[in-house]
Amino acid sequence: MKALQNLFDSVKPNFEKGGKWEKFYTLYEGHRTIAFAPDILTKNKGTQIKDAVDLKRVMITVVIAMIPALLFGMWNVGHQHFISVGEEATLFNKILIGSIAVVPVLIVSYAVGLLTEFTFCVIRNHPISEGYLVTGMLIALVMPPTIPLWQVAMATIFAVVIGKEAFGGTGMNILNVALTARAFLYFAYPGQISGDSVWVYLGGKETVDAFSGATVLSYGPTSIANGNNMMAEIGGHWYDGMFSFMNMFIGAIPGSIGETSVLMCLIGAAILIGTGVGSWKIILSVFGGAYFMGVVFNLVGGNPYMDFPAHYHLVAGGLAFGAVFMATDPVSASQTEVGKWIYGFLIGLLTVLIRVVNPAYPEGIMLAILFMNVFAPLIDYYVVDANKKRRLKRATV
Amino acid sequence: MSKTIKLKKGFDINLAGKPEKKISEISLSETFAVKPTDFPHMSRPKLLVKEGDTVKAGTPILYDKMSEDVRFCAPVSGEIAEIKRGEKRKLLEIKILADKEMVFEKFKSYNSSEISGLSKEDALAHMKAGGVWPNVIQRPYGIVANPEDTPKAIFISAFDTNPLAPDVAYQLGDKEQFFQTGLDMLKKFTDGKIHLNIDAQAEVAQVFAQAEGVELNKFTGAHPAGNVGVQIHHLDPINKGDIAWTVTPYGVAQIGQLFAEGKYDASKLVAVTGSEISAPGYVKTYSGATIGNLAGDLTGNLRFISGNPLTGENCGKNGYLGFYHNQVTVIPEGDYEEFLGWIKPSTTKLSFHKALGLLSFLNKNKEYTVDTNTHGEERPFVVSGAFEKVLPMDILPTYLFKAIIAEDYDEMEALGIFELVEEDVALLEFIDPSKNDLQEILREGIELIKNS
Repeated sequence: MKALQNLFDSVKPNFEKGGKWEKFYTLYEGHRTIAFAPDILTKNKGTQIKDAVDLKRVMITVVIAMIPALLFGMWNVGHQHFISVGEEATLFNKILIGSIAVVPVLIVSYAVGLLTEFTFCVIRNHPISEGYLVTGMLIALVMPPTIPLWQVAMATIFAVVIGKEAFGGTGMNILNVALTARAFLYFAYPGQISGDSVWVYLGGKETVDAFSGATVLSYGPTSIANGNNMMAEIGGHWYDGMFSFMNMFIGAIPGSIGETSVLMCLIGAAILIGTGVGSWKIILSVFGGAYFMGVVFNLVGGNPYMDFPAHYHLVAGGLAFGAVFMATDPVSASQTEVGKWIYGFLIGLLTVLIRVVNPAYPEGIMLAILFMNVFAPLIDYYVVDANKKRRLKRATV
Repeated sequence: MSKTIKLKKGFDINLAGKPEKKISEISLSETFAVKPTDFPHMSRPKLLVKEGDTVKAGTPILYDKMSEDVRFCAPVSGEIAEIKRGEKRKLLEIKILADKEMVFEKFKSYNSSEISGLSKEDALAHMKAGGVWPNVIQRPYGIVANPEDTPKAIFISAFDTNPLAPDVAYQLGDKEQFFQTGLDMLKKFTDGKIHLNIDAQAEVAQVFAQAEGVELNKFTGAHPAGNVGVQIHHLDPINKGDIAWTVTPYGVAQIGQLFAEGKYDASKLVAVTGSEISAPGYVKTYSGATIGNLAGDLTGNLRFISGNPLTGENCGKNGYLGFYHNQVTVIPEGDYEEFLGWIKPSTTKLSFHKALGLLSFLNKNKEYTVDTNTHGEERPFVVSGAFEKVLPMDILPTYLFKAIIAEDYDEMEALGIFELVEEDVALLEFIDPSKNDLQEILREGIELIKNS
């Protein structure tokens, strides 16, 4: 490793003050600190020792937690492809086809995102932050497998510039960056990110007869329109057992690349909670809120979608993915411990509310999280205010 | 009513090099120093001596223009060797070349019946002149107390939970006999209580168990249970306008000794700790000794800390022990790069967190060797909820720090800045994944509030 250190040392003068690439010092430093944990010492005053953790390690923990969802997503894209075109395929072929659809999205998301990030770091001369490690992966996982790559690139640029850098960079953003990217596409190019035909990667092949690429959630409005029981509707899917509870839990269903498998999200959740990086309070309360709202609708009844069993809401759509990887983003979430319960619960509740009540938006988790991102500071305001009031009250008694 | 308080939050930093209860013989340092910088908020120190003067142990050498009759005295007898100044002639160190035989300045001594009859005014005058007043610290702000104030209560923490902490009772040594006298003196200054707070998990030393005229409170929990600020928060919290005093047991005994024996005795048992010390233990010396003399003959790339690793100061081998410090820590410097150090799994790096690859939580009983590497660069606050896990106080630290950075006075007050001094947030600074200098930020906030 001495050789690599020497290489860094030999180019260092170019980046230092007076060097020909002085402006790009932050890039030099960013790369060096990825290769080597830096040799920074604690100050003369203040703590003389520091914990071994840093933000890079926190972020990479989140990335690792998403790997099961990514790998499963690759398989599932291939799996959906082959059952839709009516071909038998081996595990390897499924993953191969899946990779053909997924890997380019991942590469574009990381490459474009990092380039944008680097540009800003150089212009504003602040250190390259590790936050994009997570964002880049998240953006890829919430895209449909058929998404045009130029749209991924545009959404990524929009999210990094408007969603993050405009607020001052990592740690300062109000909205979840990856969801900002998705919301941008959702409103700018709805044709490629919603509807019934974007969730299955066909690769130009003919589908089987009776094929429909619809997600389970789009059966809701349909069954309301037909007046049929929703469970019967999804039970009559062209592919037998597609929307059984178990199949939805495992995630072999059409959907965005990484969001379909509740099982893989729960494995991710276990990693996040076990390492203490993700807030279990938020994850649990999102599920709780969704289930609560589902039960309320079941009790009220009124139309077939409202009768959709509450526990099915937990495995449908991107609820699990959103709860585990999106809602727990510490920067855009509520930052007080009490606030986290409220924040998560309302996300779950709003998700099901949007699903059931507003047929124009088949999935509610994205908008629910973005909406609660905006309200998180308000929740925190009242939690902090309660803390201040306790202190004031103490003074007067 | 004495209380027992169980604290659930906190984290014990388990380091190698804890002091064993034995005293090693060392030859005394050649020079000793008084450092005005040890006293926060001493804005205009004035000298009473010049280079070449001879002083006795207890001869006043310094005072603060803001509080003229509080004297800071020489810890040893000898000759003023150097008066070291820094930028803008800021007074840094007054060095004394020590005599072989200590000669003490004679102050008036009192027998036990005189002590109980002594008026508050006489006691105060004696303490101010006798060099022991700086032991009395005021909350809020953590500065040397203003003698004009009457505190609502006085708090003494009789145990230390910092990493490599010395045994507080053991460190009193032969000053133990003066502890009660010190308490009796302090009692004169408050209408409220004197809280003596002990560790419920350990055996209580006789000197504390038998102390009279105090509320004996018990605390259980990990660090920072031994921090007096945490204890105050749970016993009788400080609100706006309140004033409380804190004194260390050593300070109490030193006060007692001044009255009982009529001398300012700055001798102390200093714990010599840290992974680089071959036989960590205690040495007897005087306040302001040279660190290198206490630590012994050590070579290599090492950091010599006056105090403990959380709140101490890097003074260097030739630096001097701080006035409030009773511990010297020597640990390795961490000026190396580590290939992929931010992702490599490790069982040897200590962490409060359990993030990927940091496995120290699996082995809590292991004593870790920790160097001075920061293990990462400074970042904005990102992770939430971590500070709350190690601060056993009803305070929202992140919001308070943000208020300080924004210089929002009302918010700082409302969020509880009066209850904190640097040592209370030291553990937060240790565990912070964003590597912010929280103690420094807090001190800036305290200065803002105090001067507003």
